[in-house]
Amino acid sequence: MVNVCDTGVELCGVRLDNPVIPASGTFGFGREFAEFYDLDILGAISVKGTTREARFGNPTPRIAECRGGVINSVGLQNPGIDAVIGEELPALRRIFHKPIIANISGFSIDEYEECCAKIDHEEQVEIIEVNISCPNVHNGGMSFGTSPGSAAAVTRAVKGVTTKPVFMKLSPNVGDIVSIARACEDAGADGICLINTMLGMRIDTMRRRPVIANKMGGFSGDAIFPIALRMVYQVAGACALPVMGCGGVSCADDVIEMMMAGATAVQVGAANLRDPYACMRIVEELPERMRHLGIERLKDIIGVVR
Amino acid sequence: MYKKGLYTIVENRPLTAAVWRMVLAGDTQYIVRPGQFIDIAIDGLFLRRPISVCDWDDSTVTIIYKVVGKGTEAMSRMASGGVLDCLTGLGNGFATDNGSQSPLLVGGGVGVPPLYNLCKRLTAEGRRPTVVMGFSTAGEIFYREEFEKLGVDVHVATADGSFGVRGLVTDAIDAAAAGFDYIYACGPVPMLRALYDRYDVPGQFSFEERMGCGFGACMGCSCKTKYGNKRICVDGPVLKREEIIW
Repeated sequence: MVNVCDTGVELCGVRLDNPVIPASGTFGFGREFAEFYDLDILGAISVKGTTREARFGNPTPRIAECRGGVINSVGLQNPGIDAVIGEELPALRRIFHKPIIANISGFSIDEYEECCAKIDHEEQVEIIEVNISCPNVHNGGMSFGTSPGSAAAVTRAVKGVTTKPVFMKLSPNVGDIVSIARACEDAGADGICLINTMLGMRIDTMRRRPVIANKMGGFSGDAIFPIALRMVYQVAGACALPVMGCGGVSCADDVIEMMMAGATAVQVGAANLRDPYACMRIVEELPERMRHLGIERLKDIIGVVR
Repeated sequence: MYKKGLYTIVENRPLTAAVWRMVLAGDTQYIVRPGQFIDIAIDGLFLRRPISVCDWDDSTVTIIYKVVGKGTEAMSRMASGGVLDCLTGLGNGFATDNGSQSPLLVGGGVGVPPLYNLCKRLTAEGRRPTVVMGFSTAGEIFYREEFEKLGVDVHVATADGSFGVRGLVTDAIDAAAAGFDYIYACGPVPMLRALYDRYDVPGQFSFEERMGCGFGACMGCSCKTKYGNKRICVDGPVLKREEIIW
C-alpha cells in the first residue's frame, strides 16, 4: 500500500513542486493560459524564446497541421530582451510564483552572451535555457546545435556571463546527439534540455506548393515522442548532467516514461496548443498514475531504465 | 474572455453543395461581439479548427462553414446529439461604437456569416445597414433571405452573372449601394483590398490566417499593422482600416 505521493524534483538546486514545465514557444509569457487556470500548479514555466532585438519572425502562413502534430516556422517572434525584462517577466511574476526559466536564442555568439548577461541580473529567473537550434549568421546559417564545436562555443560564452544554471536546449536534427550533449557538458553546461522540433514539411496538393511560407518548419506533437524519449535516454546515459525531456508529451504516463528514460523534469509543448489545460491536466493526473505504478517519490524513477 | 466547454450539436445541415450550418447548444456567455470565432477540437486532428460565429443567443451558437479540408469534412459528417469540445469568445470581433448611421456590410463567400449578427445588432441600434454579398455562382448563395428578413437592402454579385450583378462585390456596390459612411467587411484578401482601395470611408476588415492555438500563445497567426505586430486570433481577426498594412 503506497501512501506517499511526492512529485517534487530538483534541477541544479532549484526545487520544483512537480516536473511539469510548459515548453518555450507554446506558452507565451503565461498570460493567455492564466485565463484558463492558476499557473502556480505548474512546476516551472519556460517562457517565449528571446533574442537581443525584437523580431516579427517568418512570413505567414507559418503553421501547418500534420498527423500527430504541427509544423511551425514562427521564427522566434518576441519583443526583444529589454522588453522581456522590463515588461513580460514582471507581468508573469504577478501571476506566477514558481520558478521561471528564461529561453535565450541568438544568431551570433555575441548575441547569446549579451542576452544571458542581461538575464543574469533578473532575480525572478532561476534557470537559463539556451536554444542552439538557430542559424549562425557568421557561419553560413548552420545551426549552432549541429556541431559539437559550435555548441561548446555558445556554452562557454554563456557560462562566462552568468552564475545561474544554464541548460543547453539541443536540436534533434543531428546525426549524433550524444556528441553534442557531451560537448556542452565539457564546456561547462549545468544541464541539457532536449529535444527541440524536428525539421519537417507539408505540401498543399491543390495549390502545388508548400503549406508553410518558409517551405520547412519545426515538427512537434505526439508523433515525435518516441524519438525524443530515445534521445533523452541516450543523453542521460552518456552525461552526468540533469536533463529536461521535451517532445510529444501529452499525458502523465508520458512524463513518467520520460523520467524513467533519465529526465529530471519534463516539458510539454504542442499539447498546449490543442488543449489549453494540457499542463494542468497532466499535473492532476500524476498522483493517480504514480499510485497505479507503485511510485512513492517521482524523483526515485529518474533514469531507472538503463 | 475566452473559455473551453462542451457543446451539443442540435443541427448540422447543408445550405449549398459545400457550405453547412451547425447549431451548437451550450454556454455562450463568453461570446460578446459579432465577428468573434470559436475553435473546435476534432477527433484525430491535432489542431482545433477556428470557425466564425454567425449568430448566438443565451443557449445556442450558430456557425456556417465551408468544407475545404479534413477538419470541415469531418464536421459535415457529424450528427445531431454529438458533443464538441470548443473554445469560445475568441477574437476581438466588430465594434459598433462608432458614429456610422449608414454602414455597408460586405461579405465574400464564407466571409458572409459573421456579418449576420452584426447586421442584427446594427439594426437594433437604429442604424441603417446595407448588405452586399459576393459569390462565384447562384448555387453558392446562402443567407440572402435571412438578411432580408432583418429588413435591410441586400445586393448580390456573382462572378458568372447567374444571380444579381455580374462581377465582384465592388460592381454590386457601384451599381446599387449609394451613400454609405462606413464599411464592415469579411472575405478573401483580394476583396478586402479592393474595398480598401476603392472606398475612402472608415471601416473594419476581418482577416483570416492559419492558426495554431487560437488564443494568442503560439504567435502562429501574427501580422504587421501600423500599430505594431498583432495576432489575428486575439488582437484580430478584425482590424481597423487605418491600421492595415497590405
